[in-house]
Amino acid sequence: MTDRSSPTELIPDERIRPASVVTRILRRPELGAVLGLVIVTVFFIGIANPVMFELSGIVNFMAPAAQLGILAIGASLLMVGGEFDLSVGSMVAFAGLIFAACVVTFGLPLPAAIVITFACAAAFGFFNGQLVLYTGLPSFIVTLAFLFVLRGLSLVGLKWATGGATQLRGVREAATDTPLDAFFYNIFSGDAFEGLFAWLAAHDWIAKFPNGQPKVTGVPVEIIWFVALAILAAVVLARTRYGNWIFASGGDPNAARNSGVPTRRVKTSLFVVTACCAALVAILTVLDAGSTDARRGFQKEFEAIIAAVIGGCLLTGGYGSVIGAAIGSIIFGMVLIGLTYTSIDQDWYLVFLGGMLLMAVFFNNIIRKRVTGER
Amino acid sequence: MTTPILEMRDIEKHFGSVVALAGVSVSIQAGEVHCLLGDNGAGKSTFIKTMSGVHRLTKGEMFVNGEPVHFTSPRQALDAGIATVYQDLAMIPLMSVTRNFFMGREPVKGIWPFRFMDMGFCDRVTREEMKRIGIDVRDPGQAVGTLSGGERQCVAISRAVYFGAKVLILDEPTSALGVRQTSMVLKYIDMVRKRGLGVVFITHNVRHAMAVGDRFTVLNRGRTLGTAVRGEISADELQNLMAGGKELADLSAELGGTV
Repeated sequence: MTDRSSPTELIPDERIRPASVVTRILRRPELGAVLGLVIVTVFFIGIANPVMFELSGIVNFMAPAAQLGILAIGASLLMVGGEFDLSVGSMVAFAGLIFAACVVTFGLPLPAAIVITFACAAAFGFFNGQLVLYTGLPSFIVTLAFLFVLRGLSLVGLKWATGGATQLRGVREAATDTPLDAFFYNIFSGDAFEGLFAWLAAHDWIAKFPNGQPKVTGVPVEIIWFVALAILAAVVLARTRYGNWIFASGGDPNAARNSGVPTRRVKTSLFVVTACCAALVAILTVLDAGSTDARRGFQKEFEAIIAAVIGGCLLTGGYGSVIGAAIGSIIFGMVLIGLTYTSIDQDWYLVFLGGMLLMAVFFNNIIRKRVTGER
Repeated sequence: MTTPILEMRDIEKHFGSVVALAGVSVSIQAGEVHCLLGDNGAGKSTFIKTMSGVHRLTKGEMFVNGEPVHFTSPRQALDAGIATVYQDLAMIPLMSVTRNFFMGREPVKGIWPFRFMDMGFCDRVTREEMKRIGIDVRDPGQAVGTLSGGERQCVAISRAVYFGAKVLILDEPTSALGVRQTSMVLKYIDMVRKRGLGVVFITHNVRHAMAVGDRFTVLNRGRTLGTAVRGEISADELQNLMAGGKELADLSAELGGTV
């Protein structure tokens, strides 16, 4: 094939204009989420107590945003891969139970409990994936079943572990009794960069209490986890071979398989990743609260999917963005916490949720038509 | 005549009690376009799938460069240089031209865990390969969905060629295209032939077959009715062979020769 025939004459098509910068921006899946973030920010700057956008206020709304965001990162990867997981909320409760039971009931060291929790979640994710792939049933139905199964198992397990209660306490005490435990405890709980914040406060660069303590003692670790995971997942999706396989598996599994993409392996691994994200959120929140209960993660699966959709993920798969989903979660946190800085009844949050979802789906539809040139 | 790059001898394929192929023989030379004509249900699709390793043969022999082969998976056929471009093209409309071009065969660089897709290289190759066939992809990052049907077909073909196909099987590449797009694809098939590949061009459009074909084999009811060389056979004769002769000739007379 050394005979490289000369390129044929290019016939420029006068009906097509070259892609401008504007078109390129419009083509980004995150566009809707960024616009949403701007609108919500402007709205709260306008009507909320200015304390909201001070450092302490930002940490206040970023903490719940980060917890949801970790779930949304998993959900968005899975959605780009063409599947749903409605069981992540229940998985948070179930993984929380496993984790707390390991630490409190069995008295295992913290690192062992963490490993077991992730292993259990991964096993359920794997099982979910296999069930979807081998039965050919929609993942919507299969994981809907697990939404109930896992929630039920969490309740039953909690009663068993506590002797009748649906709350398991004493995690913090049991998780910090050796230096090794304390080391791991600090990775999954508390604040990071405390030294930096103390130094900043000492130099009067951030707000502090009269006694010299900074008002915000550090960045909550869930925010660090959230940002790190978002960057990692975004790079994997956009820049690696595996990322290309995720897009391909979601866009058209048949075409992907014909081109040599191992779609089954890709989808199974995505179910595992999603379940592990739920386990991470479980560990973070259980350590933070010092206890676990059966309602943990309630309805989080829907919020995670909505955040992913706001972030530009198509319900049909094959298109979307991790960064968009992360921004979607920040919008959520902002509205949930932001409303408490206003005189608006906080229950409007749910109305907002529904409205935002509708708008996002509508917007995504337009974007998709633009991308694929459908008319 | 030299050894054919791909030869199929007395191929039979049964699905349970259904005999889809009942003894089909075809040989493909390098640098020729071999047209495989047949009406719907003639067994064209089954035959393609046996060539590309999707179906196993019930009976018959298959040779690549004179060596007998037994494909058990499409991967093996692909490794032997037999690439198939199916009607659905194995392209994903939402993904960019580049990502589609390299789907499943992404070049990576760097050391694990920092092994990234070489997007610069991918974009460059895609743009060059498209330019060679006269398609100006201004932005290889644009989604395949924005390309016309003919352009998509050309991307699918050039992808197969780029990844080292020796025999290219095209499943009705022109069936859904307009006039201009068809000529674009036919022109490209001609280019591929000149590069020394063997092309199997499946179609039921005699005019498209006559435009580029070197040899013509007609499939009817799971059998080959012989292979004709260009110039030995007219379009009308091919048409009649495909239809099984009589009925179409009668119909054609009724409609004033328009079929």
